[in-house]
Amino acid sequence: MNDMSQDSYVTEDGRTIGPTVMEMKNITLRFGGVKAITDISFDIREGEIRAIIGPNGAGKSSMLNVISGFYVPQEGEVWYKGKKRPPMKPYEVAQQGIARTFQNIALFEGMSVLDNVMTGRLRQMQSGLFAQAIWKGKAEREEVANREQVEKIIDFLEIQAIRKTPVGRLPYGLKKRVELARALAAEPSILLLDEPMAGMNVEEKEDMSRFILDMNDEFGTTIALIEHDMGVVMDLSDRVVVMDYGKKIGDGTPSEVRNNQAVIDAYLGVAHD
Amino acid sequence: MAKSSQAAGGFVSIPALLQRNATQYANKDAYREKEFGIWQSWTWADTEKEIEALALGMINLGVAEGDFVAVIGRNRPYFYWSMVAAQSVGAIPVPVYNDSAADEMEYILGHCGAKYAIVEDQEQVDKIIDIQDKLHQFEHMIYIDQRGLRKYDHHQLHRFVDIQEQGRASYYEWIEDLNARRAKLNYDSTCVMLYTSGTTGKPKGVVLSNRNVIESAKNSSEFDNLGAGEEILAYLPMAWVGDFIFSIGQAYWTGFCVNCPESADTMMTDLREIGPTYYFAPPRVFETQLTSVMIRMEDAGKLKRRMFHHFMEHAKKVGGDILDGKPVGAMDRLKYKLGDMLVFGPLKDTLGFGRVRVGYTAGEAIGPEIFEFYRSLGINLKQLYGQTEATVFITAQPDGEVRADTVGVPSPDVEIKIADNGEIFYRSPGTFVEYYKNPESTASTKDAEGWVATGDAGFFEEGSGHLRIIDRAKDVGKMADGNMFAPKYVENKLKFYPDILEAVLFGNGKDRCVAFINIDLSAVGNWAERNNIAYASYQELAGHPKVLDSIQGHVEAVNKSVAEDPMLAGCQIHRFLVLHKELDADDGEMTRTRKVRRVIVADKFKDLVDALYDGSSTISTNTEVTYEDGRKGSISATLELRDAAVAPVASKVAAE
Repeated sequence: MNDMSQDSYVTEDGRTIGPTVMEMKNITLRFGGVKAITDISFDIREGEIRAIIGPNGAGKSSMLNVISGFYVPQEGEVWYKGKKRPPMKPYEVAQQGIARTFQNIALFEGMSVLDNVMTGRLRQMQSGLFAQAIWKGKAEREEVANREQVEKIIDFLEIQAIRKTPVGRLPYGLKKRVELARALAAEPSILLLDEPMAGMNVEEKEDMSRFILDMNDEFGTTIALIEHDMGVVMDLSDRVVVMDYGKKIGDGTPSEVRNNQAVIDAYLGVAHD
Repeated sequence: MAKSSQAAGGFVSIPALLQRNATQYANKDAYREKEFGIWQSWTWADTEKEIEALALGMINLGVAEGDFVAVIGRNRPYFYWSMVAAQSVGAIPVPVYNDSAADEMEYILGHCGAKYAIVEDQEQVDKIIDIQDKLHQFEHMIYIDQRGLRKYDHHQLHRFVDIQEQGRASYYEWIEDLNARRAKLNYDSTCVMLYTSGTTGKPKGVVLSNRNVIESAKNSSEFDNLGAGEEILAYLPMAWVGDFIFSIGQAYWTGFCVNCPESADTMMTDLREIGPTYYFAPPRVFETQLTSVMIRMEDAGKLKRRMFHHFMEHAKKVGGDILDGKPVGAMDRLKYKLGDMLVFGPLKDTLGFGRVRVGYTAGEAIGPEIFEFYRSLGINLKQLYGQTEATVFITAQPDGEVRADTVGVPSPDVEIKIADNGEIFYRSPGTFVEYYKNPESTASTKDAEGWVATGDAGFFEEGSGHLRIIDRAKDVGKMADGNMFAPKYVENKLKFYPDILEAVLFGNGKDRCVAFINIDLSAVGNWAERNNIAYASYQELAGHPKVLDSIQGHVEAVNKSVAEDPMLAGCQIHRFLVLHKELDADDGEMTRTRKVRRVIVADKFKDLVDALYDGSSTISTNTEVTYEDGRKGSISATLELRDAAVAPVASKVAAE
């Protein structure tokens, strides 16, 4: 724990970035003989927007899957809120307050937007199956409280008009937003976004960027995101990890990363003359 | 007509009416707004408290009598309260279109010298911060929605709830002042200032007094028997005079309830949930709804579709007569009843018109078929003719005398005269006070005797005494051969086709007319889908030969109908093209109320107009467009120009 930063600082735009909340220490992930991630370390601080970027196949999604508990690394440690995290199932990780969205949207297509977002509240529902079925007392109160929270998120993400629409009928950009709503409904302490802007047009990207910034501002949610669109990443994030071929080749503020020779080489290729 | 100095019922201001309602209708809902998925409501007693707290807070902030307070947002109770609170402290509310670009806002706020603005959210705050350097008088801004604004410098920026809180905390400091200021309000003090969108030139600030607003509200409420039990849905722009009269004037006069939708996109759902009894919409809304009903019926099952068409056929025949109380045979009545159970009733419920007692459309001519469709369903849809300078009402259709091609008889207390050139003049208690800081325009619009020029040309129909509007007086021109050129008349006929969204006719001073046409993407898109026509963009669809064929058919049909009127037969369309982009207010081609700015369009697309006249069959063009966030781009396209068949002019029939 010695290298974990305990002090807070205030960014240029007036946001307070807290101490380290999650730290990856020397993570190595192998699939058989293939090394997806080699000896990577970085930290995520409370309240910051942390981006992981890199060319295709750099191991970004694998890294996110390590954080979310979907992959267990062969080597290295994950520290969360000052404690070393033992190998866990993804649902256990979710219970610890880490929510995520997926690169390929994973919603219940036949269910309405409202019901989909309500599933994000599962962690907050305590009453048992029987109580839910009877629908009296605690179960009812719980549903009302959860619905209220969900409605706030629906309002926040401006999806009131599609509240009752089955997800299957929505266009891609809105589905992405619904997925974000579901993740947000879990009131996560860390929100993992796997390519939140993939396949979006300029206007949808602008909307999504605004939501990410507002989420961070309004709820103080810590956000770790993977993104291809360099412009978006540089504008949004406080710090950026750059990966290439499973290795970390850069880490720092957007301007530091932008001027890092290894990063430039990885993205633009190296001239051989 | 002598101007009565006696106020209606002794209430000389909106704040006075508020106090009456807070006693008389204390526990009746005054406002509802859907938020977080639930309808939240405020009674008249609650409303008075909210407004009082805000008014005290405004005095505390330094708002002085005579100050202008801009109100910028979508229809929400908070903004209606803001306007009444501003009136209570002796300030003048100035509602501004919330989709105005920053430079439009700069003009309005600069022109009235607004020191304060009450705005909705970050978007509006950012706009005003952008222009604040140029507004030297500007002092404080109050916002409703905090999102994204937490980190802003709050020296001149305040939360709405905080201002109210400060007002409550300083109750004993300011209540005497507030009472004194309220007591000073009289029938001649300014109630509101509204900027007209103006099809030409800069917007003008129309000053309306308490007399204008309260008398108009009283007369119109009595005309339609509006009572405290009405429900309305407030969804039209707050900067528009109609919304001010319905949601404040009539609401405060009668004590009815104003319902605000959750967001602009949920309007249709909210309409259905509320089921208003008194409803107002521009023709565009009725058109859109009808189009969507027809599209959905096309996709419905065979049985439902046949049932729908069968009963609609019957409704077309007798529905209007039943509504007007004219004699209709017993069998027809019975069949209509059955239709009502099976088709009309459920359809009206779906549309949210199940309870509508009085519905109005105005602002533009409505297509006779659209109008008849709603009437035949049993919805009492009527037309009225009005403008900001008249505090809305000039003419309106009384129940039972409703027709698609007239705008009704003069409203109560309104006098009308028609000048030799056909221009309509009126005089009424609603006649505006003046254009703010613009005595020349005031003088050229309103003469010493109080007659106001409408700028519209029209005539009273023999027999019925109903007014008919032809066109804007200044748009009515002459063709080269001396025939009358009335573009709106022809454009409206074109726009009545569901797949034509907008049309612009040219031909003033020329030997023949040509037209630009905008297709309606939802209607044509659906048609394309059903006919397996693939398209990637508006532009591609607009240029599709089959689309052009069908538009040509419409143009030729319109030519035939125009030719029937010898006076206007010269306005037939000889050539036309379908524009490669939608006319848009952001590009300055339309006003914010979506009226075409003819001169700007003619100037911007000069190459296209020329091509229509020089006989070429295609033209390549490059057009600048503005995106929502103000960035510019350009689109280029090659357009096909088409000739349309012109019908021979009918000889005038002697016996009319």
